[in-house]
Amino acid sequence: MTLLQLYFEFFKTGLFAVGGGLATLPFLQDISVRTGWFTQAQLSDMIAVSESTPGPMGVNMATYVGFTTAGLPGSICATLGLITPSIIIILLIALSLKAFRDNKYVDSAFYGLRPASTGLIAASGLSVLLMALWNSESTTLLDGIQWKGVILFAVLLVLTRWCKPTKKLHPIFFILGSAVIGIVFGF
Amino acid sequence: MNLYLELFLTFAKVGVMTFGGGYAMLPILQREVVENKHWATDEELTDYFAIGQCTPGIIAVNTATFIGQKYKGILGGILATLGVVFPSLIIITVLAGLITSFSHLLVVQQAMAAVRVCVCVLIFNSVLKIGKTSLVDAVSVVIFLAVLLVSYFTSLSPVVCVIAAAAVGILTKNLGGAR
Repeated sequence: MTLLQLYFEFFKTGLFAVGGGLATLPFLQDISVRTGWFTQAQLSDMIAVSESTPGPMGVNMATYVGFTTAGLPGSICATLGLITPSIIIILLIALSLKAFRDNKYVDSAFYGLRPASTGLIAASGLSVLLMALWNSESTTLLDGIQWKGVILFAVLLVLTRWCKPTKKLHPIFFILGSAVIGIVFGF
Repeated sequence: MNLYLELFLTFAKVGVMTFGGGYAMLPILQREVVENKHWATDEELTDYFAIGQCTPGIIAVNTATFIGQKYKGILGGILATLGVVFPSLIIITVLAGLITSFSHLLVVQQAMAAVRVCVCVLIFNSVLKIGKTSLVDAVSVVIFLAVLLVSYFTSLSPVVCVIAAAAVGILTKNLGGAR
């Protein structure tokens, strides 16, 4: 039964997640909250692993969630669920490629969809940020701040955005570097 | 070699060589599909990519379906797509198994806590990047903020946000002041 549910949840994700990479993240968070199959902390580990391994990120995340929920059959069901809507939609579009590109309703729908997708990802990012930099068990606001994390955040931000020699590095370097720092400084 | 098998294997290769997905896949597709196999031209690839980007689903999967379909029909589209996800299935399943069995170790927990911070930075950067192309005027900024607030502070399904945003896009572009 879980397998069928997994397939259906990821079918929905594949149908409504627009854009690349992290577009599926808000949907996965939604699944986590509703089903309890995996925690938010596990989800953020999955992002790190999915970014650092070969394969399209969205597919990696689906496989990972499926595996965590129901083992190998789960990873197969989740991945197939994710790609089914794509296959159907793209095959339909391929039949009428030109009409699709020139349709003003399609065009205007995407005009609204793109910022919405950005907003969804930003919201997911905020929840991950709160989880990484703030300890939810602490009693006061200031107590819970994870200062080591805040410093690492600031350093990584500079390295990935403004520092010319490191800006273009693949995310995998930053992820592995962070892992080492976490062990060395006892995060 | 059987043409269907060739499609599957070529896209499995593309899957292995793609890190991150989406945009990272374009140069690899150019080499494998356009230059080596001649299954599509550069212009076609750009078209497929543009459509794959703005239609629902993973860009990599959408583009694979397009090229497979063009080369060998519906079955071709399905096989190319299965090919592109095949390496992920194997690699992630193995890794997920390993991480699950080591997750109780303190070292792993410390490493993951720092990696989580790094993930935040990566998400932040990618929001800025896609924001440049998606937030083009006042209406799109309003949609962005509305969805951000609703999605963060309520448990409303993202599906509802996506459908509502598409409706707002259609209404604002087609009603009132038709240009």
